[in-house]
Amino acid sequence: MLNRGRNIEKGRVITRRMFILAAAKILLFAGISSRLYNLQISDREKYEILSDKNRIREWKTPPQRGIIVDKFNKVLASNDRVFQLHLILDEINDFDVTIFKIKNIIELDKFQVQKLYKKKERLKPWDTLVVSDNLTWEQFSKINLYLHELEGAKPVLSTSRFYPYANDLVHIVGYVGDASPKDLEKPEIKENFVPGLKVGKYGIENSQEKMLIGNYGIKRYEVNASGKRISQIDYIKERQGNKVNLTIDIEIQKYAQELLKGKAGSICAMDIFTGEVVAMASSPTYDPNKFTHGINQKDWQEIRNNPLKPLINKSIAGLYSPGSTFKPLVALAALEYGILDPNKTIRCKGHKHPYELYGVKYHCWKKEGHGYMKLRNAIKQSCDIYFYEMARLLGVDKLSIIAKRYGLGTNVLGEVYNDEKNGLVPDTKWKRRALEQSWYLGETVINGIGQGYIQTTPLQLCLMTAHLANGGYKIKPHIIKDETINYKDIINKIKIDQSSFPLHERNYLDDINIEYYHRMYHKKSNINFVLDAMFGSTNEQYGTSYKSRYDDPKYQFAGKTGTSQVRRITDLDRELDLDTDQIEYKKRDHALYVAFAPYKDPRYAISVIIEHGGSGSKAAAPLASKLIKRIIDRHKLREQFNNGNTSLA
Amino acid sequence: MLRERIQASNYSFLDKLRSIDYLLILLIIAIGSISVFAIYSTEGGKFSFYTKNHIIRLSIFFCLFLTLSFVRVSTWYKNAYLFYIVGLVLLITVLFFGISASGATRWINLYFLNLQPSELMKIAVIICFARYYHRIQSSDIQSYKFLIQPIILLIIPCYLVIQQPDLGTSILIAGSGIAIIWLAGLNIKYFVYSGLLLLVSLPFAISILKPYQKSRILTFFNPDRDPLGAGYQIIQSKIAIGSGGFFGKGYLKGTQSYLEFLPEKHTDFIFTLFSEEFGFLGSIILLFLYILLIYRIINVGLVSRSFFAKLYCFGFATAIFLYVFVNIAMVLGMLPIVGAPLPIMSYGGSSLLSIMLGLSIVMSCKIYNQEQISVY
Repeated sequence: MLNRGRNIEKGRVITRRMFILAAAKILLFAGISSRLYNLQISDREKYEILSDKNRIREWKTPPQRGIIVDKFNKVLASNDRVFQLHLILDEINDFDVTIFKIKNIIELDKFQVQKLYKKKERLKPWDTLVVSDNLTWEQFSKINLYLHELEGAKPVLSTSRFYPYANDLVHIVGYVGDASPKDLEKPEIKENFVPGLKVGKYGIENSQEKMLIGNYGIKRYEVNASGKRISQIDYIKERQGNKVNLTIDIEIQKYAQELLKGKAGSICAMDIFTGEVVAMASSPTYDPNKFTHGINQKDWQEIRNNPLKPLINKSIAGLYSPGSTFKPLVALAALEYGILDPNKTIRCKGHKHPYELYGVKYHCWKKEGHGYMKLRNAIKQSCDIYFYEMARLLGVDKLSIIAKRYGLGTNVLGEVYNDEKNGLVPDTKWKRRALEQSWYLGETVINGIGQGYIQTTPLQLCLMTAHLANGGYKIKPHIIKDETINYKDIINKIKIDQSSFPLHERNYLDDINIEYYHRMYHKKSNINFVLDAMFGSTNEQYGTSYKSRYDDPKYQFAGKTGTSQVRRITDLDRELDLDTDQIEYKKRDHALYVAFAPYKDPRYAISVIIEHGGSGSKAAAPLASKLIKRIIDRHKLREQFNNGNTSLA
Repeated sequence: MLRERIQASNYSFLDKLRSIDYLLILLIIAIGSISVFAIYSTEGGKFSFYTKNHIIRLSIFFCLFLTLSFVRVSTWYKNAYLFYIVGLVLLITVLFFGISASGATRWINLYFLNLQPSELMKIAVIICFARYYHRIQSSDIQSYKFLIQPIILLIIPCYLVIQQPDLGTSILIAGSGIAIIWLAGLNIKYFVYSGLLLLVSLPFAISILKPYQKSRILTFFNPDRDPLGAGYQIIQSKIAIGSGGFFGKGYLKGTQSYLEFLPEKHTDFIFTLFSEEFGFLGSIILLFLYILLIYRIINVGLVSRSFFAKLYCFGFATAIFLYVFVNIAMVLGMLPIVGAPLPIMSYGGSSLLSIMLGLSIVMSCKIYNQEQISVY
């Protein structure tokens, strides 16, 4: 019985302990349930996002770059078909073997293979490695032939930037290349970048990046844990970049570039009413297509070490003393400020009796002298002595006001080119501030013939000429077509203003900021006087560019030569009086020419600069003459486009 | 002996059928069916290797379970030690002739099945301890002699299993053994003392752990320590479960498992897959089924006359609870990843075999619940 009692006791213990255990189990299960509740109900969203992140992977597809066209919608920068070889990294078992095979098939050199390995290190295991972005047709077909042996290799038809006019446009359009870390800091690139995308490096390509770059597409794939694509979920199509329409006429640009062949220099042409840059040539030049797939070292060194500096866009980044091309503006300034009667006569006595100021001698370029000169003749024959005296009377500060108003001293195209120079129009304030020196009268005197501190770009000279030629109306120069400008209205507005004879001509001289398409002159007769003198310079005997004239009124133009000294002319030089050919290239003068055409009812302004070309009349004016004919021949076509007829004739 | 025989002969076949716990069978079928669907899902909705094998095993072991249910509980009692010894021998065999997979030697190749003796040992320990405490008077239990013996009996298999190495199974074996010692009535103070001792010795224990075990424990405390390495399983499992939400992503639509983000999804992480596809609701239902299963087993113990049956049923119920709890807590990131399958649900022959074997003994306790087992 004792045994029995014990057994009952034992049974009780077991049951009691079992219930304690059961209670513990219930507690622990409750713990699990609350954990489940936490994960699946409270934090559900968080884990859903994580789950999607897990299973959905995005691939960005590169957009096509916007094209660049000229005034007549001719394509200047296109996207051409190229053959590429891509490697899908997660489909490759042995990278070394694959690379070795590819190396033999498309004949890569050691350096290129090393580059591929380096490139691969930067990629994620599911990324695509671009082995070559520009295969020849031969290489491409060879790859296709051996494709079954190549793991993960994918021959791809893609597009890349192509510049059909190559050398003729590189300074305007620029070129593209791989994005540098600095490029990636720019917001427009950062927002739209896809690895491998080429970005603008220079010129329009660079400054209009926002327009051209487009938006990348997104392909969303469901992937498994090892990154293999299972199915496409979503595809947001990429958007091609916008078209950029230039005001350039590629035919004229090509011709200008041809005229400059073998020389260093620049030719600019501008519509004097609309401000459209028609051509902007710079020489020597280089092929932008070489940069698209990374330029090789040899070509790069060749471009960089060329003493004629092809990398510099001379039209906007080349600084020159304007020389005698500045004279019309000096004359205008003197007339506008009423400093001088155009009938005032000054005698140019040649090198034996130079102009003298405080004991310093200033010579005219003409050894035997011009004799008695009035203002018109002084412009026509470019007499320095007359301008020395005129500048002295005018003073540098007044001259600088007019010079700045007519387009010198500030960059012309604004933000379009980040290498565009402002040039320099000196005045007394500038000198005190920049050089901490006071102004000397002698500096005013040489400033009067466009020498000394004054620095201009060819495009500024072109703009200056345009401002004179249109009768003194401020225009807005531009190289990218501005849809907000109605060219017809502008031309009409200016022409109506020109033909009106206001009773009281307003004094515009004190106005600092003049609105676009408003008059800048004080007295219209002054402008007309200067234009007439320029006509004489080209179309009358003894004029400096008489030889380059056209007698046909359709092509007849007016211009002004200039010769810009690159060093001080010594007495010895004057005695030797060497021909241009006999002087060392680097020491030769720059040849300049500015012109507008046609003389009656003018429409285009031109500036030509030939570096170290000698005299303006010999080296620069003939080129301008040829170009003017071409521009005027194409004027009708251009006009049709301005009137909204955009179909190519 | 005579009385025993008389009592046994008293059970007519009809009686036996009548006393079968049909609810328990129903629960087994329910969980088994769920497991088939879950494993079918792990294969991405294709009827292939794992699903086929699982169905075959389930059917064979279910038949085995039904057959063995009619074995008398006294037979189990008599052969309890033998069971234990066979288990031990098999464990030792593994040590020498076992086949290895991913750095662990746990299996014996039986041609039709790779047997994992440690799984059988889980049951063997329970049945062995149930017999051991069946005959000990409650007054003797507190004596050192009866304290040392079971501890030795427990330490030997645990040590062998740790050597494989398989920390998870070893803990589960120890857990079920300790549960029976507790049920038998050992004074609470021993549990408190040994608990404290364990806490103190924990740093030393950790220092002798294998590097992968250490990293698992460290990872448990901070899964983001190494998200693509040791922490990967926990993180991915939590993502799968959490993203399931209340109703789940739908059957065969669990992206985490379908896209192979889940490791070992048909074995240890089967609950993760189930939970991702059926959500909170499904998980709670499955949990409830397990609770019901445990409750039925306990119920069998309560209606059994013999201490052996009581101890066995309560012990086995606790073991099932431990398996379920450790597995689910593990995939929920509440416990370190230690490799513990979910009973019935997980793919794996040995684990299924041992559970079915254990259940058949429970059923036999139910059928012969009035059987007295004499103390001899």
